[in-house]
Amino acid sequence: MSENTDVWEVFIQSKNGLAHKHVGNIHATDKEMALQNARDLYTRRNEGSCIWVVKSEYIISSESEDGEAFFDPSNDKIYRHPTFYTMPEGSKNI
Amino acid sequence: MSLLNYTLRIADGSLISAQRLSGWCSKGPTLEEDIALSNISLDLFGQANGFLGYASEIDGSKSADDFAFKRNEREFYNLKITEQENGHFGDTIVRLFFCSAFNFLFYTKLSESKDKTLSALASKSLKEVKYHLKHSESWMIRLGDGTEESKLKIQESLNSIWQFTGEFFEMDEIDIQMNDLGIGVNNTSLRLGWDKIVNKTLEEARLTRPEDTYMQTGSKKGLHTECLGHLLSEMQYLPRAYPDAKW
Repeated sequence: MSENTDVWEVFIQSKNGLAHKHVGNIHATDKEMALQNARDLYTRRNEGSCIWVVKSEYIISSESEDGEAFFDPSNDKIYRHPTFYTMPEGSKNI
Repeated sequence: MSLLNYTLRIADGSLISAQRLSGWCSKGPTLEEDIALSNISLDLFGQANGFLGYASEIDGSKSADDFAFKRNEREFYNLKITEQENGHFGDTIVRLFFCSAFNFLFYTKLSESKDKTLSALASKSLKEVKYHLKHSESWMIRLGDGTEESKLKIQESLNSIWQFTGEFFEMDEIDIQMNDLGIGVNNTSLRLGWDKIVNKTLEEARLTRPEDTYMQTGSKKGLHTECLGHLLSEMQYLPRAYPDAKW
């Protein structure tokens, strides 16, 4: 790979209406190459109906050392789950 | 008889392109491009399988495999451009681009054929060829408008492969007969469209269109360059050495 090749993250939507799901990454030098490479590597077996690619450098990840501060505080707040409501009679899903 | 020959021409073009392109498998410039070229090769094998299957139906005695593996060089009707050595990546891209541009126009027309099977096979192939064209087109632009070295190399590829592009538009007696019956395509009429695609891409890639000089010919009569014999000997080796071999 040459020095102007970037890593891109690939997201595939398997069916119209569903969320795009992260499937892996590829190398490419431009947007078009990124899309084509993603298509060639990740949709060979009929996996997709839409592809997103985004340069990996634009994805900001939380750091594992921040895990406590970020995620632990929600551990004991079960009242945030929508499980304390009584289901109205007759409704199957809310 | 003419329909059989006409179908074999289309089948052979796909088969020989596919076999040639498969030579890139595991040797691609990057992992991604390796898979891209192998995918295209597989598309072309699939197309060849469809057209050879139809040839077998028309013939009535030979199978698709017989046609692929038991014919000699002089009985193949693929255009000479499809059998040329892969060369470097730029050579392969130029050939793929020229062929895909032609196939795109050809299958667009053939999908209107009065022959239902040819029309269906053409419509199916067209979807795949559109991607082959897109993929090779973007590489033409990337290499032509890339570094000084890539530009120089791809221009050289263009100049040396140009002599094989005349065959696309030839019409011999079989082509004329098939076209008159509403089955085949008038290749000569595809020239304008092909020029348009090629000129637009070359302009965007900042490449120079080579001058029309000597053009290769003969493949419709089974006359080939020496590249085909070597390709066939590799492709046909196993079924010829072990005629009863099964998958």
